Amino acid sequence: MTSAHREPLLVEGSGLGKTYPAGPGGAAVPAVRGLDLELRRGEALGLLGTNGAGKSTTMRMLAAVSPPTHGTLRVFGLDPLHDGPRIRARLGVVPQDDMLDQELTVRENLVVYGRYFGLPKRVLRERAERLIEFAALEAKADAPVTALSGGMRRRLTIARALVNEPEILLLDEPTTGLDPQARQLLWDRLIRLKNDGVALIVTTHYMDEAEQLCDRVLIMERGALVAGGSPRELIGAHVLPEVLELRFTGTEHAAGCAAVKELIAEGAPWRLEVLPDRLLVAAADGQDAQRRIEARVLPRASLVRRATLEDVFLALTGRALVE
Amino acid sequence: MGSAATATTRHRGAGRPWWLVERHLLVYRRSWSVFVADVTEPLLYLIAIGLGIGSLVGEVAGTGVPYARYLAPALLATSAMNSAMNEASQRVFMRIKLEKTYQTMITTPMTVRDIQFGEVSWAVLRGLATTAGFLVAATAMGLVRSPFALLAIPAAALVGFAFAACGLLVATLLRSWYDYLYLQLFMLPMFLFATTFFPLDRFPDAVRPVVQALPLYHAVTLLRQVCLGRIDQHAALSAGYLLLLGLAACALAAGRWRRMLQS
Repeated sequence: MTSAHREPLLVEGSGLGKTYPAGPGGAAVPAVRGLDLELRRGEALGLLGTNGAGKSTTMRMLAAVSPPTHGTLRVFGLDPLHDGPRIRARLGVVPQDDMLDQELTVRENLVVYGRYFGLPKRVLRERAERLIEFAALEAKADAPVTALSGGMRRRLTIARALVNEPEILLLDEPTTGLDPQARQLLWDRLIRLKNDGVALIVTTHYMDEAEQLCDRVLIMERGALVAGGSPRELIGAHVLPEVLELRFTGTEHAAGCAAVKELIAEGAPWRLEVLPDRLLVAAADGQDAQRRIEARVLPRASLVRRATLEDVFLALTGRALVE
Repeated sequence: MGSAATATTRHRGAGRPWWLVERHLLVYRRSWSVFVADVTEPLLYLIAIGLGIGSLVGEVAGTGVPYARYLAPALLATSAMNSAMNEASQRVFMRIKLEKTYQTMITTPMTVRDIQFGEVSWAVLRGLATTAGFLVAATAMGLVRSPFALLAIPAAALVGFAFAACGLLVATLLRSWYDYLYLQLFMLPMFLFATTFFPLDRFPDAVRPVVQALPLYHAVTLLRQVCLGRIDQHAALSAGYLLLLGLAACALAAGRWRRMLQS
């Protein structure tokens, strides 16, 4: 982190907000409010939040597409309202839906998109070649994009976003719907870019993805920031370092639950969370908790693991399903 | 990868709409059938009605012009209208709703204005290509004689502009393909009654102002006067009407496009 602070500041937002005008019969609801964020060269920032938390709206504001209604935003030191084209010339955007040009081939998608940046055709022909290789799409270079699998489309969308050699890459749920192999390949490509000095802003529902890729994470809920920091910092600040997972056979579940509650009442410094199929006991020392609980009630299976970003996320945003 | 970007990316705002036209050219290189269909349709009308029925009609009363020569410029105006309108409403509607082409474009240096300007330019170009093809065919058939007919090219460009602008506005108003049928419900009667096939004096007095309010009436008037070489103040009036219609539609469309893409 200390070395990252010496890198130039690329994005600076303070008190950032966006309120959409009220629809017919509804009141205007702020999609994003009071958001402060900054991003430096080569840094990867994760935006986490349930559906409707304001991640995509934030991305659209940062991409100089949707003007903020509150606060100030500087991208590359420029104002998106007045210098939109100049900012966008230096950004790469990977939208949630691929939005590839259905009427063009793989190669044409790269070249035509590059033309929208005003890049000369000669440069683009050469870059398209490199990007096809980067996306591992050599065999499909002249196929229509309608013939690509989901993973291939995603890789092409990322390759397309790189055609202008952007300094910031904005990725909106880059790996949603991909199989594990395709996700691994994408992560590998993103880490390579980051090592080359490209700054990444990623929204994701996968906490392991955020933990792997991001130097810093912002957790949003209903348009506002609820926590921010490195994955390690967040785990340290918001949850106990270890989690004991206990599974009981059917009827034992209630008994196990009661036993843990009893121990907590007696002063054990844990936090219990009851799920339909198991109990989660957050503790500073998971093995100690395991010993003490198993002395009273025997679970079918138990496991101690380190707390993850997912535990932080669930602790902060709750487990209720958000539609 | 970052540092090279500023060196190679240009910000020539003036060129941006052209990049969209370039994309369309690439796609249409593979679909010449569209152009052929655009030219063939008015030619079939010209042969069947202009020459066929025209042989029964003889000259159009009060003008001394054979029916086919009277009809040809009106079909020219209609084809300029149709190819611009179809391009700007149907195709643009697909790109808005299905293909999300513009949502992708506005993440590049292209602005909403660039996209609109590019789409209008492209629709005008398509209208011009159709017009030129039809004009060549009609001249070969001996139906266009006045050298003033060369003015039909810029006149058709104006018609294309007015209807392309309307098309861009209409594309934002359509909610689904069913709405497109309502548009046809307006376009077909306009085609039949905008003095395309018979002069204004055949209409009852009460109906004439309605006919004269139709955009196609002015497109037909302009092209007929130019092609027959009989130009009076009505040509200027119609040209003015089309220009204002196009500019007004552009202005209205601009707001709707901005709300659609930049909210």
